[in-house]
Amino acid sequence: MSVTAGIRPKSPAERLLATNSWLVFAFFYAPILVLVVFSFNANDNVGIWTEPSLRWYREVFQDQAVLNALKNSLIVAAISTVASTILGTMAALALERFRFRGQKFYDGLLYLPIIIPEVTMAVMLLLFFAQGFQWLDSTIGWSPTFGLGTISLSHIAFNISFVTVVVRARLGQMDPRLEEAAADLYASRWQAFRRVTLPLIMPGVLGGALLALTLSLDDVVITNFVAGPGSTTLPVYVFGLVRRGVTPLINAVSVVMLVASMILVAVSFGFQRDPKSRVEPSSRS
Amino acid sequence: MNDEVAVARPELEEAARRAESRRGFLIALPAWFYLTLFFVIPLGIVAVYSFATRSSTGRTILGDWNLNAYRRLWDSLVVEIAARTLVLALVTTLICLLLAYPLAYYMATRRPMVRNILLILVMIPFWSNFLVRTYAWKVLLGSDGPVSQLSQALGGEPIRLLFTNTAVLIGLVYGFLPFMVLPLYAALERMDWGLVEAARDLYAGGWTAFRKVTWPLSLPGVMAGSILVFIPTLGAYVTPAILGGAKTTLAGDYIVSQFLAARNQPFGSALSMGMMLIMLAATIVYFRWFRPSGRDL
Amino acid sequence: MSDAVTLQGVSKVFGDVYAVRDLDLAIGDGEFFSLLGPSGCGKTTTLRMIAGFEFPTQGSLRLHGVEMALQPPNQRPVNTVFQSYALFPHMTVEENVGFGLRMKKVAGAEIVERVRRALDMVQLTHRATASSKQLSGGQQQRVALARALVNEPEVLLLDEPLGALDLKLRQAMQTELKDLQERVGITFIYVTHDQEEALTMSDRIGVMNEGRLLQVGTPQDIYEQPTSRFVAGFIGEINLLPATIVDHESVRLAGGRLVAATTGAAAGSEVTVAVRPERLSLFGLGETVPARLNAVRGRIVRRVYFGDVFYYDVDTPDGVIEVKEENRPGVALHEIGEEAVVAWDPAATTVVES
Repeated sequence: MSVTAGIRPKSPAERLLATNSWLVFAFFYAPILVLVVFSFNANDNVGIWTEPSLRWYREVFQDQAVLNALKNSLIVAAISTVASTILGTMAALALERFRFRGQKFYDGLLYLPIIIPEVTMAVMLLLFFAQGFQWLDSTIGWSPTFGLGTISLSHIAFNISFVTVVVRARLGQMDPRLEEAAADLYASRWQAFRRVTLPLIMPGVLGGALLALTLSLDDVVITNFVAGPGSTTLPVYVFGLVRRGVTPLINAVSVVMLVASMILVAVSFGFQRDPKSRVEPSSRS
Repeated sequence: MNDEVAVARPELEEAARRAESRRGFLIALPAWFYLTLFFVIPLGIVAVYSFATRSSTGRTILGDWNLNAYRRLWDSLVVEIAARTLVLALVTTLICLLLAYPLAYYMATRRPMVRNILLILVMIPFWSNFLVRTYAWKVLLGSDGPVSQLSQALGGEPIRLLFTNTAVLIGLVYGFLPFMVLPLYAALERMDWGLVEAARDLYAGGWTAFRKVTWPLSLPGVMAGSILVFIPTLGAYVTPAILGGAKTTLAGDYIVSQFLAARNQPFGSALSMGMMLIMLAATIVYFRWFRPSGRDL
Repeated sequence: MSDAVTLQGVSKVFGDVYAVRDLDLAIGDGEFFSLLGPSGCGKTTTLRMIAGFEFPTQGSLRLHGVEMALQPPNQRPVNTVFQSYALFPHMTVEENVGFGLRMKKVAGAEIVERVRRALDMVQLTHRATASSKQLSGGQQQRVALARALVNEPEVLLLDEPLGALDLKLRQAMQTELKDLQERVGITFIYVTHDQEEALTMSDRIGVMNEGRLLQVGTPQDIYEQPTSRFVAGFIGEINLLPATIVDHESVRLAGGRLVAATTGAAAGSEVTVAVRPERLSLFGLGETVPARLNAVRGRIVRRVYFGDVFYYDVDTPDGVIEVKEENRPGVALHEIGEEAVVAWDPAATTVVES
């Protein structure tokens, strides 16, 4: 059967579907491809192709402003990923494994940062920090300023929700009897969590952390609002350049950022594949 | 041995239940506290600011509460921007749906191996940096960019798309298309294809089977994808800022400009509140009528 | 014999629904005790209360005389074999089996030795380092048993452990479980909705319905002398015929026929007469029916061939009666439409409430 299915003449509808799909994929990848090609163009003018060169990549890694922004990005991403992963995982555990007063409200609250438009959240945080700093100055005489601190705090605020959703999905798939089995086998609450729950939800936790990392490394709008002088992150810096025009330097920075994204995708597939491929084919014997 | 203490009684069971509930609450507390401080209070501040007054120097006077900012929401300029944003968001959602549905259908009907490869091909743009992907279109559509050069090489006019509504539309479709494909694919892949066969067996033609079985069953995916595209498009800022021009102001830019350029915080706050209400309404409609079956959210 | 488990006046309320109501039960040391009932009857809740996963709303639960009603599961000397085994998927067979001992901080060398013995007992030594996900259903079942038994619990709780296995394997595991229980001498409490499992393995059975324990007894007691209509109907096949008590030795069926049955109920009360199909015989109209037998005349309306037996449905004035006749020489074959007499020994008649 399968042999004949392979050489079965394709129906017009089937052919139309296939054409559409490949056109969409072309749409997905053509712009990226063009960008990558142009980033290797030696010419100062983006539109005129002269010869392939690594000139702009060299310039990227000598550009002090870019390097500084990159450093800021990494600091903020590291802080906000760690903090939001811990807070989000705890929130997911509480929601999925416990019943407590105000749970419905809490659940709704956790969805809001995902639903709310980025621009609105940026406005909220800007006014909050401005107002808060003013208040701190007038009450205890401490006047903090906008900078990496405010950026990190803001990134954590939107990342918690995303981590919670991802970890919760994983917890939902996990058989709660496994935790009962651990308790039945003399494990305390903490031991059951440490030895059974945590290892089993780890792909979800790592997936959530990766999502948080990506969101933090990509964020422009919110960061743009809560950054202070000298605390620009890479996307915000690039955004500023991009608004002014197209330059070969931006092409090169963009490709570097793309490559970073790709690496993260590859890592995330690594997480997801690991438990699946080990479990599924072998479970039938 | 003291049986009095240890035998179960309703109040002891209740106490145990409450201790368990308290434990859950304590685990929830850090994130709850964080979100209260950095989300709920900021939201409250925006709400308060929207009733405040702007001084002539651009400072916000907390006091002298009024509805002026909300009244300005009915200015013809604001209504025009809102209408343009809404239309653009709807068109973007529709185009995404038209492109993504056949793709998701195609993916879901492939062999598992092919399916996974195609899925990865969709995931890559999904995870890639949004700013960079938008910038790629600026390169493509520029007056001396590849699209224009290609047109000229074919003997046509130079194409000037950059800084137009069309450019913004292309950028938005490009940016949010993966958000449409993934839920659609998930819905179609999960579907019991035996039902389609059953429909065919009961004398439905290919098109009828699609209309009566596949489409209704994929509706949750259609709704999820639409909401995932529609909502961020409504608030889009990066795409119009990069690809749009002065005449294509959208709600997102407009709000930002109230804070970073015009320095009218009360009005900007009122705009934010308005946008938020539209989103919440859209989301509530979604959860009311098209709640994905199964899990309780 | 001391009691391993004692439940006194145990109730469990979820919201305002009684999952278990006023349960009194004592299970002896070394006993194989089954809790039998349809789904939602409270048997699993009872088991979960003994394990400690649920606390009773009311009542006393003792393990070897020690009150445990409100102890968390990790502080109870009982272990559970779960319905879907609940093996830890991220651990090997060995690690699964050794988990309880590690939690109890048993010395490393002893853990190794005891895990080896436990795996030996369930014949899985060769799979010790396999991932628990690579096992077949039957092997997972054995690992779950070893993982519980290695801790030498005072009581082993089994929650429908054979439910996920196919028929052949299930029958083999029934024998194996019973043998194992006799060898280790640990009290087994076995929850099942499968009457055959309960009948073949148990020393005693408790039948539950709607949160109540209806009858406790040996398999024979439960099968031969059900004390309620529910127990009679739930276990095995049975004919339930409405009747009225005449005196201590006879009842009148709905069709007016008087049959002999021993009862303690007051004359005139409405009851149900229960007779198992295999206790009934069919006589052709020409044959003589022994006088001491209860006899009802009717017409055969259906005959179903089962290989070793025939089932007949006989339409009588007292209702349709199902008769099970062996398929062997000497037992006459009857045709559909034939008039016949259904007869049975008065001793095989049980009278339960209507």
